[in-house]
Amino acid sequence: MSTAFDLLYSETEEELRSAVRALLADRCAPADVLARAETGRPHDPGLWHTLAAEIGTAGLLVPEKLGGQGAGHREAAVVLEELGRAVAPVPYLTSAVLATEILLGCDTPEAAELLRELASGRLVCVPALPLTQAPGAPLPAAVRDTGGGILTGTVTSVADAVAADVLLVLADTGLYAVPAGAVSLTEPVPLDLTRPLATVTLAGGAGTRLADPATARAAVAGALLSGAGLLASEQLGLAQWCLTETVRHVRGRHQFNRPVGSFQALKHRLARLWLDVASARAAARAAADALATGAPDAPLTVAVAQAYCSGVAVRAAEECVQLHGGIGMTWEHPAHLYLKRAKTAALTLGTTGHHHALVADFAELPSP
Amino acid sequence: MTAITADHLLTRVRELLAAHPPADTDRADFLRARFDAGLAWVHYPEGLGGLAAPRTLQALVDTELEAAGAPDNDPRRIGIGLGMAAPTILAYGTDEQKRRFLRPLWVGEEVWCQLFSEPGAGSDLAALGTRAVREAGSGDWIVDGQKVWTSSAHTARWAILIARTDPTLPKHQGITYFLCDMHAPGVDVRPLRQITGEAEFNEVFLTGVRIPDSHRLGAVGQGWEVARTTLMNERVSIGGMRIPREGGMIAPVAVAWRERPGLRTHALHQRLLELWVEAEVARLTGERLRQQLAAGQPGPEGSGMKLTFARLNQEISGLEVELLGEEGLLYEDWTMRRPELVDFTGRDAGYRYLRAKGNSIEGGTSEILLNIVAERVLGLPAEPRDDKDLAWKDLAR
Ligand SMILES: Cc1cc2nc3c(=O)[nH]c(=O)nc-3n(C[C@H](O)[C@H](O)[C@H](O)COP(=O)(O)OP(=O)(O)OC[C@H]3O[C@@H](n4cnc5c(N)ncnc54)[C@H](O)[C@@H]3O)c2cc1C
Repeated sequence: MSTAFDLLYSETEEELRSAVRALLADRCAPADVLARAETGRPHDPGLWHTLAAEIGTAGLLVPEKLGGQGAGHREAAVVLEELGRAVAPVPYLTSAVLATEILLGCDTPEAAELLRELASGRLVCVPALPLTQAPGAPLPAAVRDTGGGILTGTVTSVADAVAADVLLVLADTGLYAVPAGAVSLTEPVPLDLTRPLATVTLAGGAGTRLADPATARAAVAGALLSGAGLLASEQLGLAQWCLTETVRHVRGRHQFNRPVGSFQALKHRLARLWLDVASARAAARAAADALATGAPDAPLTVAVAQAYCSGVAVRAAEECVQLHGGIGMTWEHPAHLYLKRAKTAALTLGTTGHHHALVADFAELPSP
Repeated sequence: MTAITADHLLTRVRELLAAHPPADTDRADFLRARFDAGLAWVHYPEGLGGLAAPRTLQALVDTELEAAGAPDNDPRRIGIGLGMAAPTILAYGTDEQKRRFLRPLWVGEEVWCQLFSEPGAGSDLAALGTRAVREAGSGDWIVDGQKVWTSSAHTARWAILIARTDPTLPKHQGITYFLCDMHAPGVDVRPLRQITGEAEFNEVFLTGVRIPDSHRLGAVGQGWEVARTTLMNERVSIGGMRIPREGGMIAPVAVAWRERPGLRTHALHQRLLELWVEAEVARLTGERLRQQLAAGQPGPEGSGMKLTFARLNQEISGLEVELLGEEGLLYEDWTMRRPELVDFTGRDAGYRYLRAKGNSIEGGTSEILLNIVAERVLGLPAEPRDDKDLAWKDLAR
C-alpha cells in the first residue's frame, strides 16, 4: 500500500543547501541576528531579497508558469533546515510557505497575480492567522465582511506581519488580500525575538477578494498542513545546530584537566541527542516527501513529524544551554536565540499534544 | 550549662517583643535586637546571634515572631550571605571576624556575593587562577584576576573570594580563602546580561585589590577545605527551602489550569498531574530530610534536593509556556534590568522558563551533582583523573 518515498537529499537539494548556507554564513551570523533582534526590527530586507529573489527560494513551491521555480516541498524543506540552523529572522515559513500555499489553493487570477509577486521575491505576504493555528483545528472566525470587502476584526499573534506588504485575511465571506497599509498593527513583546508577532486590526479597510468561503477554508487548511510539515525541517535544522555547537564546545572546554566532552555522562547524552536528531531528520524528510508527492497519508506523516520534531528541537536547545554551563545562560552566546525559537516553535502550527490527537485519529487509536 | 529548652526560647521571644514592639520599632532596629537576643539563628553561639540551642528550635522562634508581626530579614535578598558566607565564617572565622561580619549580614545591612567561578574554572572550581600575592612589608594580600557569573555583585558590600596563593602546588592545595571588600579600589563590577534579558549576574575584574591579612578566612593554603564548607551549604540552601503544598513553580500552572478551562487538553492534563505529584513528592522528600536532620540522622537525600528542584522547575515552567498557548509566545519585557533578587513567582511564564535553565547550572551543575551522588552516596568508582597531583601551573586549560 505504501508508495515509494525518498528520504535522502538529491544533488540539486544539496546544491540549494550550499547556496543558502553560504548566504546565511555571510550575512546572518548569530551575532548579526542578535544585534538586529535587539533593535526590535529583526528582519533584514537585503538578506530577504538575496534569499528570496536572487537564490530564488521564495518561488520553490510556485509552478513555473506562475513565475516560480516549480520545485516542491522537498526543496523548501532544505531551505527551512538552513534557516532553522541560523535562527534566521526571515518570513520564509509565513510568506514562501503558508501564504504561498493558501494562494495556490485559490485558483483565481488575483491569486495568480499575487503568486507571481511572491515568487519573484518582490512582495512579502503573510497569512493573518495566529501562529498557533493548527491544521485540523477549527479556524478562527474573527474577521467580518461588513459589505463589499470592507473588513473588520482583530487577529492576534500574526507572525512576521511587520515585514509584510500584503496580508491574507480569512473573513466570513471568503479570503481577502489586504495591503499592509490598510491594517493597523500592535506589537506585543515576543518570547522569540527572531519571529516577531503582531496583533492585526482591520478597521474597515478594503481588501481584494481572492476566494469564496469554502475555497478559502480548504486553501487555509491545506496550507496549515504544509506549514506544519515543513516546520519540522526548520526544527530539524535548529536541533542540528544545537548538537553541532554543543559537541564543538564540549570538545574544547577543559575542566578537571580534560575536555568535558570526555566525561561519559556527557558523551552518552550527546550520543542520545544525535540519535534523536537522526530520527527527526527521517521524520521531517518523510513529511516533506509526502507533501511533495501528495501522498494519501501525508496528514499522518505530518502529524508524526510535528509530534516528534518539536520535542527534539526543544531538547537540543535545552541541552545546548545546559552543556555550555554558565556561558549558555548569557545573552552574548546565541544559545538563547535557539532556545526561544525552539520553545515557541513547539507552540507553532499545533502543539505536540494536538498532533498526538491527530495521530490518534489517523492511526485509528481512539482515546478511552 | 543546662540545655536551652523551648520554654526558655519562648520567654526570650516574649521579652524581645515586649522591649521592641514590632508595630512601633524600626525594621533594622528590631532585627538587630533580635540578633542580640540570640534569636537570629538559635544554634549559633551566644553573642553571635544564637544561644547554642538545638537547631530544631529555630522553627518555633520563627513561627512565634511571625505571628506577632515581627519583620523578617528577607533571606531572598541576602541569600548568599545567610546561606554560604555565614556558616563558613562561623566554622573558620576568628572571633573578631565573627563579631565584625555576622550581625550586619544577618540583619541584611550588608549583602554578600560569591567570587568563586572564573571564565576557565566553573565545575572544576579548584582550577581557579586568580592570584593573591602577599606583600612583604605590610603582610597584605594583593589580588589580580577575573571572576564571572557573580550573582548580586552589583549590590554586594562584601564577597567571599578564593584565590591561588601557590601555583606550584597541586590545584587543591595552593588556594586561600578571603573576605573581600567590594568597595576596595581595583574591584570592577560589570553587568553580564543573561538569557532572560536581565543582568542578574556580573563579571568582576580584580586589579591590584588589597586585602588585609585579617580578612583571610582559615589558614594560608586551606582555602579549598574552607570552600567546601561553603559549597555544601550552598547546595543545601538552594534545595532546602521549606515550601507549602503546591508552593513553588507548580502554583502558577495549577492556578492557570483551574481558572482558565479553555486552556485544558487531555495531553496537558496528563503531564500536569505527573508534575503535580512529583512536586508534592519533592516537597515531602525535603520535609523528611529536615525531620531526619532534626533527629540527628543526616541522610544523603540532601544532595538530591537541588537536583530534583532544578529538573522540576524546568519541566513545570516548560509545561506552563505550552499551556498558555498564544500567550506562551509572548514575553514580559526584554529591557535590560539589574534586579536585586530572583523573583520567580512575580514574573511571567516565559521568564520562569528561561530563568529555571540556570537552576541546573548555578551552585554546581546537575551533572556534577549526579557524579557526587554516584561516587559519594553510591560508592561508585570515580572516572580516572590525572589532575590531582599535578602542579596547578601544569594543568591543561
Ligand atoms: C544564574 C547563575 C548564577 C551564578 N552565580 C554564581 C555566583 O554568584 N558566584 C559564582 O562564583 N558562580 C556563580 N555561577 C557559576 C556557576 O557556579 C558555574 O557556571 C557552574 O559551576 C558551571 O561551571 P561552568 O559554567 O564553567 O561550566 P563547565 O564547567 O564548563 O561545564 C560545561 C558542561 O560540562 C559539564 N561537566 C563539567 N564537568 C563534568 C564532569 N566531570 N562530568 C560530567 N559533566 C561535566 C557541566 O555539567 C556542564 O554541562 C552562576 C551560574 C549561573 C548560571
